Amino acid sequence: MADAKTTLIGKAAVLESMAEHPAVTALLGWNADALTDARFDRGELTLTIAKDQIRGACETLIAAGYNAFQDVTAVDWFPSTPRFRVVYHACSHRYKHVIRLTVLVDESDPTVDSITPVWPGANYYEREVFDLFGIRFEGHPNLRRIMMPDEWVGHPLRKDYPVEGYR
Amino acid sequence: MPTLPEVGTPILQAPTAEGSRDQHMVLNMGPQHPSTHGVLRLVLEIDGEIVVRMYPEIGYLHTGIEKTCEAKFYQQVVPLTDRVDYLGPMNNNLVYSLAVEKLLELEIPAKAQWLRVLLSELTRINSHLIWLGTHAMDIGALTVFLYTFREREDLLRIFEAVSGQRMMTSYIRIGGLSMEPPLGWLERVQNFISTFPEKIDEYSNLLTGNPIFVNRLKGIGHLSGPDALALGVTGPVMRASGIDFDVRRDMPYSSYEKFQFTVPVSNDCDVWARYVCRLEEMRQSVKICQQVLDGMPEGPIKANAPKILLPDREEMKTQMEALIHHFKIVTEGFPVPAGEVYQSIESGHGQVGYYIVSDGGPKPYRCHMRYPSFADLQALETMCKGRLLADVVAVIGSIDIVLGEIDR
Repeated sequence: MADAKTTLIGKAAVLESMAEHPAVTALLGWNADALTDARFDRGELTLTIAKDQIRGACETLIAAGYNAFQDVTAVDWFPSTPRFRVVYHACSHRYKHVIRLTVLVDESDPTVDSITPVWPGANYYEREVFDLFGIRFEGHPNLRRIMMPDEWVGHPLRKDYPVEGYR
Repeated sequence: MPTLPEVGTPILQAPTAEGSRDQHMVLNMGPQHPSTHGVLRLVLEIDGEIVVRMYPEIGYLHTGIEKTCEAKFYQQVVPLTDRVDYLGPMNNNLVYSLAVEKLLELEIPAKAQWLRVLLSELTRINSHLIWLGTHAMDIGALTVFLYTFREREDLLRIFEAVSGQRMMTSYIRIGGLSMEPPLGWLERVQNFISTFPEKIDEYSNLLTGNPIFVNRLKGIGHLSGPDALALGVTGPVMRASGIDFDVRRDMPYSSYEKFQFTVPVSNDCDVWARYVCRLEEMRQSVKICQQVLDGMPEGPIKANAPKILLPDREEMKTQMEALIHHFKIVTEGFPVPAGEVYQSIESGHGQVGYYIVSDGGPKPYRCHMRYPSFADLQALETMCKGRLLADVVAVIGSIDIVLGEIDR
């Protein structure tokens, strides 16, 4: 396995030297096509998952020993396309490391499958992303604003939302 | 322990108007309630005194802290992190600094790392003291509250001596510490450490054998281990549910791998177990502090990176380069190589994680904070469902909520 000093960019490079990493093994064993991109940088593994496969990927990883859910958040790469990256962190108590899953979401259709049915802990985090970025999570049991009032216009953590607000 | 009736069977048949006999009542607890420790509103659906459903309504604080971080230079974010969990400032400074140092791939001198461990443990004691005092006060034991604040005062004086601030310390900076601890400071810490275990015994004598306290805590707020993991609960609440995981031991940071300590775990899964675990954690923190004081290495407290760290005041007055670096860092910040990192540490409440994305500029492109209270709040309904209304107070106290952590 690659050590923390090396940087590996791209699916092929990561698969070549990190094939025995438990997360990579589990995802490849489940569905090799779901893994679209990968990166290993500063000792952290980032796996990009196809948008419609995220729930299955999470199920696979839970079964592979990534038992502690950490968080869901998003990054707004305005004005590039696809605009949003939804980022998931999962910790493994057995392997003692954290891995990162990302999903690319475009502004024209800002939806992604909710992982709350798989990981109940994602509930508030997905609501937070919905509230502050305006990304919808399909299948979420209670997708409502969590920080801002219900009638609030706009999503404050988007890059085109001014720091001082519109008012 | 009295056994409770099934959910839906009223304990008391209160005289009600015709037709409303089997309706549930909705009760708002908060937004300002002494036992919610901040602005938290709990919408409770109750049947008699039994909680049927609970809906936490949050966002009253809404500090907009992540948005603010994205508008500041990297070094200007450090004071902001103090405000998030205002009971554990050093831990927050530490996790943010570690994340940025990981992005910069900076090497931190051993003395700075050990001092960070010491401060982080003192902060944990500070945070647990507030928890113990307010939790006991929620239950009705006021004396312990006064006692814990007495010891907290000693700790705040120690923080003030080292950083100039009592609560919002901002002492741990990117690349090291802001300044050398003053002369005699380590002896003050040693004094505190030597006397503190007796104080823990004192609290324990007041509470552990107290039948009212025991009856209010035992068997309340049950959260099983698998539930805790599924809901993302971390820290003492998770360890009280039988999950043996501590970031300090299992994913060590800042030279924690050099220290010997045990991680208290309980299989009782209730409020009592959380009380026992936290009390033991304070004793373990004292043990770690003692090891730091015994083996403190010599050397600098800042990394050798003049373009990132502010120079010492004396250097600035005598060297032109130092003055230029100071000016550049303050006015323009310093660029951080593009990339993304996630750094987690064990704070007093649980696992704190900072996810920082850099686009190569002097400001964080995205700075996400994962704080334990936010996840613990999701578990509140699981813990309170089917229990008495009065138990809600005990359960909130046991998860040690800080509202600054919950609101973004």
